[in-house]
Amino acid sequence: MPLLEGKGVTKYFGGLAAVLNVDFYVEQGEVVGLIGPNGAGKTTLFNLISGALVSQSGTIWFKGENITNLKPHAICRKGIARTFQLVRVFPNMSVLENVLMGVLFGKSDGHGRGQALEQAEKWLDFVGLSAVKGLPARSLTLANQKRLEVARALATGPELLLLDELMAGLNPTEVAQAMELVNRIREQGITIFMVEHVMTAIMGVCGRIMVLHHGEKIAEGTPQEIATSRTVIEVYLGE
Amino acid sequence: MNTRKNLRQIWLLGLTLIFLALLATLPLYAPTYTIILMTSILMYIVLTMSWALFSAPTGYISLAPAAFFGIGIYTSAILGTRLPLPAVILAGSLISFCLALLIGALTLRLRGIYFAMFTFGLVELIKNFWLWYEIQFTGTRGRFVIFVDNTTIYYVMLIILALLLLVTYLIRRSRFGLALRGIGECEEAAAHIGVHVNALKTATFAISAIFMGAAGAIMATRWTYVDPYVAFNPLYSFMSVLMAIFGGIGQPYGPILGAAIFAYLEEILITRFPYYYMLIFGIVLIVTVLYLPEGLIGLVANIRKRVAGGQDALA
Amino acid sequence: MTIKIIEVLITGLLMGGLYALVAVGLSLQYGVARILNISHGEFIMLGGLTTWALYTALGVNPLLSLAICGPVAFILGFVIHRTLFKRLLASSASPAIFESNSMLAAFGLMFILQNIALLIWGPEIRGYSYLVIPVHFLGTLFGANRLLTFGLALVIGLGFYLFLSLTRTGKAIRAAAQDPPTAGLMGVNINNVLALCFGLGAAMAGIAGVLISMCYPVHGVMGLEYTIIAIIVVVLGGLGSIPGSFIGGFILGLIGSVVTFFEPGLALVAYYVIFILLLLVRPTGILGR
Repeated sequence: MPLLEGKGVTKYFGGLAAVLNVDFYVEQGEVVGLIGPNGAGKTTLFNLISGALVSQSGTIWFKGENITNLKPHAICRKGIARTFQLVRVFPNMSVLENVLMGVLFGKSDGHGRGQALEQAEKWLDFVGLSAVKGLPARSLTLANQKRLEVARALATGPELLLLDELMAGLNPTEVAQAMELVNRIREQGITIFMVEHVMTAIMGVCGRIMVLHHGEKIAEGTPQEIATSRTVIEVYLGE
Repeated sequence: MNTRKNLRQIWLLGLTLIFLALLATLPLYAPTYTIILMTSILMYIVLTMSWALFSAPTGYISLAPAAFFGIGIYTSAILGTRLPLPAVILAGSLISFCLALLIGALTLRLRGIYFAMFTFGLVELIKNFWLWYEIQFTGTRGRFVIFVDNTTIYYVMLIILALLLLVTYLIRRSRFGLALRGIGECEEAAAHIGVHVNALKTATFAISAIFMGAAGAIMATRWTYVDPYVAFNPLYSFMSVLMAIFGGIGQPYGPILGAAIFAYLEEILITRFPYYYMLIFGIVLIVTVLYLPEGLIGLVANIRKRVAGGQDALA
Repeated sequence: MTIKIIEVLITGLLMGGLYALVAVGLSLQYGVARILNISHGEFIMLGGLTTWALYTALGVNPLLSLAICGPVAFILGFVIHRTLFKRLLASSASPAIFESNSMLAAFGLMFILQNIALLIWGPEIRGYSYLVIPVHFLGTLFGANRLLTFGLALVIGLGFYLFLSLTRTGKAIRAAAQDPPTAGLMGVNINNVLALCFGLGAAMAGIAGVLISMCYPVHGVMGLEYTIIAIIVVVLGGLGSIPGSFIGGFILGLIGSVVTFFEPGLALVAYYVIFILLLLVRPTGILGR
């Protein structure tokens, strides 16, 4: 049984199919990449999995349990956390409070105050933001805000982490750091499903890649297979 | 840093308790006029603080205080002769609470300015409907309310305020206080890290209505005669918002400060110079929005920072 | 019976015309400048009371007042945007924060304008009679002043619509409404356009106030009532759309006159019920985007 599985997932905006009849699965411990040109429906698919959007048809299972169209907070408490394409930190809260929110409301709530703080500090340390924990989140650089989002998501205690373009807008050094972070997250036993445009990154960290185009899945396979797939190259270079 | 924060908290708590104790002994030596004045001030503090309980962290501007306040007033007018005073006040808060739950559940989808419009429309709807109902079915516009002496009204209002302070404190230090701020800063992100946004918003909105209803129920007894125009006067909503913003909504004592200052100003100005009072009110509001985004307490904090100078920067 | 129905319908349409004009200005201010101008009704009140004062003190014809109140209100609105809202726009971190802040500032304006008027004119209800000549119309009787104001409301509304759709300035306003950053890139001076919008909105309010004073009594605290009507009409017709304002105005006017016919005490209740239901079901308006 895969950790996450979707069958026939479909979402229309008006008459336009943003995600059409997509099947997918993510096995425990995998790092799966989701790629495709702009407007292919990648973020929409993430929004459907995380409950931000309601799908018109199809079913999504998490650990064998039907989680289709649950509310976002419920999905988070089942053990799926996410980050956002455009960073959504709590700008006026301190870095520590941002992560504390994740600890206090995530999957494993019911902490005492001290325990929760300890957890939050642990995750800040994990992403390397301990030094700035007292600063308001808005004062961080984009790369650090993205790290903060990851820490906040990890703090909710997920088994599956959805990363939506973690590396977009980062410089090459920062991309390398982010890749290293992804690897360390996987070492924690957390499964990762990531949307990414930075090809070197996705080829470097993913074990398997899924390609969406116009809302439909057009290819799936190892990075090697995807890199040499004729359909994928056509989609990216134009017909 | 943590001990300093704790010290500050203990200091604030002590100060609050001393203030409440002083207020509690006031009727022993103060003249009746002072008691009446203080009751008005306490009423505005209750309205403003309970408004801030929900609206300050979440950023949803509610214009519904007048609705809940008016419901309290009419509960008192209708049940006052049939039930003992504590039961009347309890009933007023309970009905307000239930109505707020309903409104909260209905308006979950409304963001920003639409929420403000809705809550404002609600006050006017209740007012006009009730006006029609009274004239149609009771034949008169207004009602008489049972008489309660000034000292009792004062004490009841003080107890309501004490409870409100306690609830504000408990919510702020709980994880829900943090979550409410999270909703204000980014509702979507809050939902995705496990905050049951809708339930939390509705519950907090309803809790804030309890105190508005209670305040209305006891204030009605002072006015002795009420009609829908008096009870559901949208000015009570505006006042709550404006006093809170003027005082500053970043800290709970901001709304207290704003309400106390304006309630006092109202008392000395409104009978003799009502138009000037409201004119000043408007000017202060605009100046606050333009130049004091964090209100009076923000101004005070800025001045203190400037006075302390480099000292604070080092610490 | 048919006479009665015709009367109710015509009354509704006549009211609707005024409501539309009341709403057009607010629609522009909120639709383009993103300011929910709670003080909109105060400009209406100022227009009405000025007309009354000019008529009773100097015998100035209310029609002439149109030419006075419109431009004066425009200048007032333009200056207010230039001094107040422009600064707020610059200091607000996001559009949502600007909407909240500008609404609060508009509350402040409401208190200021209302109480200045009360200081000048007092709280008394003022009225004058102008063209109260009965006119026979489809078997019913209407005051000539009502018909005149209705006609003027239509003409002014149409003129305003043509101004927005045909002139260069009008096009700049519509561009700014749809996409402020792009409009800015295309060489539209956004701050000027926004101030212009706010001024035009105020001018429409002033003009509506003049027309209202020809038919109904006016007083210092009437503003909020008209602001509310304007908001309801805008929500009905959709933001920033002038035809929408007229359709919304007529719908509201008809509902008002039908409800008044059956139960006068419930007319305002009906308005608010519609308002609240609309907000819940379709906050962008029946014609909105």
